[in-house]
Amino acid sequence: MSLRIVVTVKYVPDATGDRHFAEDLTVDRDDVDGLLSELDEYAVEQALQIADEADDAEITVLTVGPEDAKDALRKALSMGAHKAIHVEDDDLHGTDAIGTSLVLAKAIEKAGYDLVISGMASTDGTAGIVPALLAERLGVPQVTLLSEVSVEGGPTGTVKGRRDGDTASEQLEASLPAVVSVTDQSGEARYPSFKGIMAAKKKPVESWDLEDLEIEADEVGLEGSWTKVDTAAERPARTAGTIVKDEGEGGKQLAEFLAGQKFI
Amino acid sequence: MAEVLVYVDHVDGAVRKPTLELLTLARRIGEPVAVALGSGAENTAAVLAEHGAVKVLTHDAAEYADYLVVPKVDALQAAYEAVSAGGSLAAVLVPSSAEGKEIAARLAIRIGSGIITDAVDLEAGDEGPVATQSAFAASFTTKSRVSKGTPVITVKPNSAAVQAAPAAGAVEALAVSFSEKATGTKVTARTPREATGRPELTEAAIVVSGGRGVNGAENFSVIENLADSLGAAVGASRAAVDAGWYPHSNQVGQTGKSVSPQLYIASGISGAIQHRAGMQTSKTIVAINKDAEAPIFDLVDYGVVGDLFEVVPQLTDEIKSRKG
Ligand SMILES: Cc1cc2nc3c(=O)[nH]c(=O)nc-3n(C[C@H](O)[C@H](O)[C@H](O)COP(=O)(O)OP(=O)(O)OC[C@H]3O[C@@H](n4cnc5c(N)ncnc54)[C@H](O)[C@@H]3O)c2cc1C
Ligand SMILES: Cc1cc2nc3c(=O)[nH]c(=O)nc-3n(C[C@H](O)[C@H](O)[C@H](O)COP(=O)(O)OP(=O)(O)OC[C@H]3O[C@@H](n4cnc5c(N)ncnc54)[C@H](O)[C@@H]3O)c2cc1C
Repeated sequence: MSLRIVVTVKYVPDATGDRHFAEDLTVDRDDVDGLLSELDEYAVEQALQIADEADDAEITVLTVGPEDAKDALRKALSMGAHKAIHVEDDDLHGTDAIGTSLVLAKAIEKAGYDLVISGMASTDGTAGIVPALLAERLGVPQVTLLSEVSVEGGPTGTVKGRRDGDTASEQLEASLPAVVSVTDQSGEARYPSFKGIMAAKKKPVESWDLEDLEIEADEVGLEGSWTKVDTAAERPARTAGTIVKDEGEGGKQLAEFLAGQKFI
Repeated sequence: MAEVLVYVDHVDGAVRKPTLELLTLARRIGEPVAVALGSGAENTAAVLAEHGAVKVLTHDAAEYADYLVVPKVDALQAAYEAVSAGGSLAAVLVPSSAEGKEIAARLAIRIGSGIITDAVDLEAGDEGPVATQSAFAASFTTKSRVSKGTPVITVKPNSAAVQAAPAAGAVEALAVSFSEKATGTKVTARTPREATGRPELTEAAIVVSGGRGVNGAENFSVIENLADSLGAAVGASRAAVDAGWYPHSNQVGQTGKSVSPQLYIASGISGAIQHRAGMQTSKTIVAINKDAEAPIFDLVDYGVVGDLFEVVPQLTDEIKSRKG
């Protein structure tokens, strides 16, 4: 039996661009380029490595996002994933984390899965909670924030991994099906090859909307969100600081500054 | 007055500072009821009482150490049910550690509530607590609310100055029955992190960080010496961590720790957006870099353009002599 891996990938505004909020206080996606969240590339990479180790595995990449989010799916397909699912619906605009996890969970169930792999956090919301929310909704073990991961025994096997926490490093183990998230310490993500990019163009991308997932419009979107953003303000630019060139006394000058600020 | 559940982060009974900050913030919106789980939970009561906990709900079981996250969610849910049954609950506050956020998220779904993560401030509002968040590498500040259920909010370290406010802190045993899912993810081994004797990175008042410019693991002693002269924690950029010069647990930035100290000193760090995401809210920022064009200089209160191997040791010596 084939090991069915679903990788959740988010389409995010480029962090090196000028990110800001739109008038309705959702992320402005028009003024800045989007891309596959770099941290989800690590999830795709680990899926590819797990698939290589398994006798037989199929990797589906899944995104919830606007039309352009297809770009994120293409990138993942060109890295080597087999097929893609795009959940797209006008009513999804402004969905919060709880709502996003609902849509992802329904789509994962509809697609069929033995293993879900997510990134450690998106590079825009950066909450790092969607994998835990998915495990809760799907009712399967969460094996999250792994810097090392492996799967043994196929679709009914076990997933093992290492989680490097604040106070300790832990070895974890759970039976499949399970939800995994991987950190950027899990192993450098591969670049798509030219062959991969060409092959990706022929790979299937399914589009599902809310109706396909039996989700009502009022369960998601800005209206359906259980959180509300009241204001978003640009942080005032820091006032220009003092910059000196070291001509032999730089360390002493800096000490003088620190003393003036009462740090010494 | 409405109660506020505060999840306690502690190591064998030693309460970590972010929890005391939470108690301070909790008092703005209600009466803190602390929930302490696992080994040493009862020993947390004294310090929690000193900081405003009217009640401390405790429970210990092997499950907390042997399985990942879910047993703690079960317990926090039991506390939520016990407290909300007796009155009104204004919010559930959890420290914004990786684990804290996961616990909070799963609780939020179970109790049908929205969740706000990584709040940096919290105040009472007409429609419930208002949380301040930093967005897009701290270039924006947002104010948000939870609009459904009991607000579940995780708060970043260093978001409030700890204030003592003695309260009863009566210890009560919490009754917890673990769900079937509690034992889903087994912790098969645990290696505690080695203590360095330096302050914890996210809690430190001063952080001294080194980047690719430090150019080698052995050279990190230059950074450590400066840190020790100031009683500071040591941080590192991802480039330094990836090169194997310093442990990942000390990485500052988007995928490392996010720090908000009184003083941040960056040496040999260019100031990439992902690094800035983790340190931009520091009160005073200082950088030493030989490239006058490095983006880190856009952020600094004081910058020295120069070779860190000249500037940092001189600074360290000067601090030592001033401290005499
Ligand atoms: C600045 C900012 C602050 C926000 N604050 C909050 C808040 O406090 N509370 C709240 O409820 N919502 C919040 N949101 C909305 C929230 O970010 C989105 O709903 C998001 O889809 C889920 O959270 P995240 O992006 O932080 O994901 P994370 O939990 O950080 O993502 C972890 C992983 O989940 C997967 N994933 C996440 N979203 C998707 C997706 N759309 N498609 C496929 N995979 C996905 C990816 O694998 C990703 O690596 C915020 C958004 C922004 C931009
Ligand atoms: C998804 C993602 C997540 C990331 N997360 C993080 C993160 O959490 N934290 C993080 O730091 N980065 C992160 N990065 C990496 C980030 O983009 C940068 O690559 C990294 O921060 C660069 O580290 P650096 O400043 O030490 O190195 P560089 O950018 O190479 O800068 C080195 C600096 O040292 C200076 N220098 C060299 N020699 C000397 C000398 N003798 N004296 C003084 N100055 C000297 C140089 O002028 C230069 O400015 C992430 C990247 C991605 C894609």
